[in-house]
Amino acid sequence: MADEPLVLGIETSCDETGVGVVRGTTLLADAIASSVDEHARFGGVVPEVASRAHLEAMVPTIERALKQAGVAASDLDGIAVTAGPGLAGALLVGVSAAKAYAYALGKPLYGVNHLASHICVDQLEHGPLPEPTMALLVSGGHSSLLLAPDITNDVRPMGATIDDAAGEAFDKIARVLDLGFPGGPVIDRLAREGDPKAIAFPRGLTGPRDAAYDFSFSGLKTSVARWIEAKRSAGEEVPVRDVAASFQEAVVDVLTRKAVRACKDEGVDHLMIGGGVAANSRLRALAQERCERAGIRLRVPRPGLCTDNGAMVAALGAEMVARGRAASDWDLSADSSLPVTEPHVPGTGHGHTHDHDHVHEMSKDNLYS
Amino acid sequence: MLLLAVDTATPAVTVALHDGDSVIAEAGQVDARRHGELLLPTVDRVLARAGLKLDAVTGVVVGVGPGPYTGLRVGLATAETFGLVLGVPVHGLCTLDGLAYAAGLTGPFAVATDARRKEVYWARYDDARTRVSEPAVDRPADIAEQLAGLPVVGSGALLYPEAFGDARGPEHQSAGALASLAAEKLAAGEPFLPPLPLYLRRPDAQVPKNYKVVTPQ
Ligand SMILES: [Zn+2]
Repeated sequence: MADEPLVLGIETSCDETGVGVVRGTTLLADAIASSVDEHARFGGVVPEVASRAHLEAMVPTIERALKQAGVAASDLDGIAVTAGPGLAGALLVGVSAAKAYAYALGKPLYGVNHLASHICVDQLEHGPLPEPTMALLVSGGHSSLLLAPDITNDVRPMGATIDDAAGEAFDKIARVLDLGFPGGPVIDRLAREGDPKAIAFPRGLTGPRDAAYDFSFSGLKTSVARWIEAKRSAGEEVPVRDVAASFQEAVVDVLTRKAVRACKDEGVDHLMIGGGVAANSRLRALAQERCERAGIRLRVPRPGLCTDNGAMVAALGAEMVARGRAASDWDLSADSSLPVTEPHVPGTGHGHTHDHDHVHEMSKDNLYS
Repeated sequence: MLLLAVDTATPAVTVALHDGDSVIAEAGQVDARRHGELLLPTVDRVLARAGLKLDAVTGVVVGVGPGPYTGLRVGLATAETFGLVLGVPVHGLCTLDGLAYAAGLTGPFAVATDARRKEVYWARYDDARTRVSEPAVDRPADIAEQLAGLPVVGSGALLYPEAFGDARGPEHQSAGALASLAAEKLAAGEPFLPPLPLYLRRPDAQVPKNYKVVTPQ
């Protein structure tokens, strides 16, 4: 059992209610309920709308995942849940449900880091992670370059965006082009028919004195928006496909260039790319090209595992069990800004507190005396 | 029969066990910011003090609000998940009904809890067990006239004495009262609410500027 733990993982950090089941590094179930359609008209994720949807979807999604996996809840070795980072109210629904689930089943609970989960999910696709692994995480919420010598207890930030996340830039440009939300898939599609060299958009933070591994997409976003507005005010038609291709090229050029450079600098011969933007076809192609040239092995999970899901949480939870990491306490809290340097939230063993109860009944086998 | 009652719709995190005759253990804490952290340890403590395990529970009772959203969902997510694992029914009760029951008044009165944003969640009662209006959310000044002369129970009343002349305790929700009310309703074969949140407000449809701050520092 110890080397192949059966773990259920719950993810509610943003707008996807995800419940996954894995055995070791084998994916058994990946059930998702998304509230993305409810956010579309707002052009971004509305936290309260997401939280309400999580509560509605939580129990049915757990049931669906168990059914898909064909396992009984009583056979689970542990329950993992995203403790952060993410939207506070959204995280809290998953954490509350996971605690109740683990407690009722009498199983250990593992509060894990969302970003570390995005990296660990690749174990389900390509087997155990090489140690160390360099990881580029890109989505609507994050753009990070992380070095992971041990995904369960040693994840080091190399760089991150100093303004917008990469996925946010896609959403914003899609909005300027009236392409709807989310922007990633539609820009990817249109860009395939456009010329990536048509317009020379700026590459943020790529000067010799800029931070080597940090990203900036705000200037690019403004530049693209200005270019489009100039065309419009001149009464010219906006070449949407060329704009999409040139914008996308600017984003993925910087992402892949910096990721490959980090690998070389650190002497790491593996790069994994995760997060929703990892579904972008041009990012995958350019990363493949540059990794091959640099002698780096690229690992990118299938698109369904790159976006937020419960399987990635289960994957990291299974690794926590396999490596004997400490479980979390029952007072585990949702931490919207959980640092990436904390892959999980181990308990102190002092989760119970003596506080101002109005309890009068004391049983003989009181555990807290 | 063993009922586990939880309510996180108000600043109180409150848990009780009821054996069909009486409340056998109850614990709670008033801390509006830590519902998520406090609820499970409180459940654990209540069970330990009764010398029982969760699998002895035959029904879960949950306060469905109205209440400020984030805390409210902690109780509901917990209750529903317990129901799923234990295979027992989850009975929803209006949170205000618990306060009304605890007040024990025999004539007409109202219950008001703090809805924040200078508003209260409230409802009218003919007596401690009989609610005669749907729960609503309003500014105290806007309902002061129609509740004039009536006792008004709960923290929402005590917060606004200028609007509610006869503001009274109990100030905070008690899962023990909720459990007792549920036990009476079960014995009488009366219906419960589904375990779904009473928000009473539409979500603020605003996308925050950086809607997911997850960049490591
Ligand atoms: Zn993510």
